[in-house]
Amino acid sequence: MGASWANVRGNRALVVSAGILIVTAMLAVIGPLISPYDYLSTNFDALLRAPTMADMHLFGTDDLGRDLFVRTMLGIRVTLIVAIIASIVSLVIGVAYGATAGYFGGRVDAVMMRLVDTLYAMPFIFFVILLMVVFERNFLLIFVAIGAINWLDMARIVRGQTLSLREREFVDAARLTGVSSARIIARHIAPNLVGVVVVYVTLTIPQAILVESFLSFLGLGIQEPQTSLGALVDAGVNQLERASWTLLIPATLLAVILMCFNFLGDALRDLFDARQTR
Amino acid sequence: MLRYTLLRLLGAIPTLLLVIVLAFLLVHAAPGGPFDDERVLPPAILKNIEATYHLDESLPQQFWRYLSGVARGDFGPSYRYRDLTVSQLIGSAFPVSLRLGAMSMLLAVIVGVGAGIVAALRQNTMADRAIMTVAMTGISIPIFVVAPVLVLLFAVKLHWLPAGWSGNVGLARWMLPVVSLALPQIAYIARLTRASLIDVLGSDFVRTAKAQGLGTVAIVRFHALKPAMLPVLSFMGPAIAAVLTGSVVVEEVFGIPGLGQFFVRGALNRDYTLVLGIVIFYAALIIFLNLIVDILYGVIDPRIRYR
Repeated sequence: MGASWANVRGNRALVVSAGILIVTAMLAVIGPLISPYDYLSTNFDALLRAPTMADMHLFGTDDLGRDLFVRTMLGIRVTLIVAIIASIVSLVIGVAYGATAGYFGGRVDAVMMRLVDTLYAMPFIFFVILLMVVFERNFLLIFVAIGAINWLDMARIVRGQTLSLREREFVDAARLTGVSSARIIARHIAPNLVGVVVVYVTLTIPQAILVESFLSFLGLGIQEPQTSLGALVDAGVNQLERASWTLLIPATLLAVILMCFNFLGDALRDLFDARQTR
Repeated sequence: MLRYTLLRLLGAIPTLLLVIVLAFLLVHAAPGGPFDDERVLPPAILKNIEATYHLDESLPQQFWRYLSGVARGDFGPSYRYRDLTVSQLIGSAFPVSLRLGAMSMLLAVIVGVGAGIVAALRQNTMADRAIMTVAMTGISIPIFVVAPVLVLLFAVKLHWLPAGWSGNVGLARWMLPVVSLALPQIAYIARLTRASLIDVLGSDFVRTAKAQGLGTVAIVRFHALKPAMLPVLSFMGPAIAAVLTGSVVVEEVFGIPGLGQFFVRGALNRDYTLVLGIVIFYAALIIFLNLIVDILYGVIDPRIRYR
């Protein structure tokens, strides 16, 4: 971890995008508590109401008269939770796989990485859709499926780092004192991967968000009355001509969140990676 | 060269086989059968149906039957479109998707490379910064946001272009779908072109060309562009996959009767054979197109030798 706190604060893109993300996440948690509405209740006297301060429908209402502010905040929450859990899944698989391949090297490494190359050529997103068809769009499965796509990059990066780490003296020392391979990977290699891993998790999160909203947009992800930003965009497309805010608000929020994560990841990579890879 | 191509073709077979096995097993792991409808069928009829679709055979038998069918280009019958086979459905829908994808890729390469060259030649000017900011935004905004917003702007508000597919003819109905599908790729290609052209423009042979009195246009056209295109060419593999995925969204938004729309319908209707067939078809397509990109790479870059 080569970056000092001063470097982090000096990076404007990093601070601004992190700030926006924190504020958005806090709003998503607090917003529904303040609003007088909930995400479920329909109101047939207030269908497709435009955004207004008057009766606290800050983002207007949808075609069933449900308050869109609360639904959007709920959508952000779901989108972020799915993305974070999916990233953790990909992190665990990727680090375990990459560290094992890198630590053992040689033939083990060659075979394991050949498998990664093969998997890279697969149309994963279509497999995820296949999974959704087969397993009834189980919500928990979305996390796992998205995580299962995203671990490949992580495995490659971790393997590269491990290849150089395993030549270091402290690994030799551990091996000489009779520590088992599994323990060396878990206790000596893995902690040294934290910097790189943190950076790539930040870049994995927007990819996971993208997959989740893609599925929800197609109606294959999260199911009503639950919602996510992708599902809200999908609903907005259907009301495009009569109520454009139902599309524009979730679409803008989704774009902003994705952009902030991308900027954040890029900035963190510049900070950490400068020392570790060059 | 021929040897390399053949070897790569052979190398693609295990990947494709893995896709078929995985997809087949996934579908067969599905709880319940494809004919468990709300309508309860008498056991005798259900038995007959299962015999017709060979569902009474063991899993290896079914797999072998399916695999030898796929080898002949036969993906079996569709469970929902009862009168049609999956191959017929793919055959009718794929040309539309192919045209959509090809037009988008063409547009993406022309506009992306053009914008990238402008940005590289005017490095750190307003034009460069404007192009790169637009490109960064284009990369971050997903296609299912871009497409509806374009419809809202150009069809609903301005009435310049039609919003849907059916009831419209000619180039007009292709415009918005092609542009929405191309936009993210334009952004990526512009960034790649800029970075690699700036890199190439700093190399010795460009300096020599400059010293001989060649103008900027001639240097870019005859010397710098070709080597600068190599990273763009390697990006074509992921770009093809992205356009295929994006095509699913674009076909949904505009109501285009392409492969993507059948795929989503099949997924929503639990039409197992159709979804299975399309997944395998997509996989074969991606593997095949990537192969072409790899071979082209060697054609363009004489430093690569095939053994």
